[in-house]
Amino acid sequence: MSERGIQWFRFTAPANFYDLAGRLIPWFAALTIALFGVGLYMGLVVAPSDYQQGDSYRIIYIHVPTAWMGMFLYVLMAIYAAIGLIWRIKIAEIMAKSIAPTGALFTFLALWTGALWGRPTWGVFWVWDARLTSMLLLLFLYLGYMALHAAIDDRQRASNASAVLAMVGVVNVPIIYFSVHWWNTLHQGASITVTEAPTMAMIMFVTLMIMVLATWVYSIAVVLARARVELLERERTARWVQERLEGERR
Amino acid sequence: MMEFLAMGGYAPYVWGSYLVMAGLLVVEMLQLRFRRRSLMDWIRRMARLRVQEENQ
Repeated sequence: MSERGIQWFRFTAPANFYDLAGRLIPWFAALTIALFGVGLYMGLVVAPSDYQQGDSYRIIYIHVPTAWMGMFLYVLMAIYAAIGLIWRIKIAEIMAKSIAPTGALFTFLALWTGALWGRPTWGVFWVWDARLTSMLLLLFLYLGYMALHAAIDDRQRASNASAVLAMVGVVNVPIIYFSVHWWNTLHQGASITVTEAPTMAMIMFVTLMIMVLATWVYSIAVVLARARVELLERERTARWVQERLEGERR
Repeated sequence: MMEFLAMGGYAPYVWGSYLVMAGLLVVEMLQLRFRRRSLMDWIRRMARLRVQEENQ
């Protein structure tokens, strides 16, 4: 029988996913270092001070990318969780679980850098406005997802229960995004939208995009690396794991 | 150099943001590496035990 018919499913097979991720990670890691190197140099050295905010505005070069990644990773996690729940695809369950810690980390960093930007700019570290509060809720959703996963011993039940939580929580992401339109928030509106030209200087915009790309490739590398470890944990008795251990360094 | 580090008087806020981010990303990577290594060691130990049992 011809094997060509099942080629499309090759990368969902655990061993193939493990190998492919292993080949991709070094590339994304190298890109991460290069992009962070260029982005940090441009953001901290090359880009001029803001005429209103002075040098404190440089925090946005990490505040905006971490906030975007925190929101985007949540949607991605919910999609993988849904795929895992509906079609019982093991790799999708593993991806959802692997995304959560990195998403939580970026959400925390968005809140942290936002507070440190807000203090000199608004005069306060924190206000309970719609944008900030819904972002805090996103962090709790991530933590709840991880806690629920950890609290249930049976792997399949843990996966199913936390998948439902992830999917219900996804409603929070558009609330975060539109909160600056729907409510009067202290947080400013978007400076960058799909439909209009950005309302910031070109050098600042380019720097910000480089930092966004850097957090992107970092997330890809770290999530793939975590997915590989999760996969090894689940499949530790499988023959393909034993085969690969022979040839692999620590 | 001192001028760069001073960040126009906003040093605690700017460096407080950048250094915490750098620190947490490093912690995430180290934690992942540690987890991977201890798992690999466990799998190797089990494989060795299996070989020993088969030889007896």
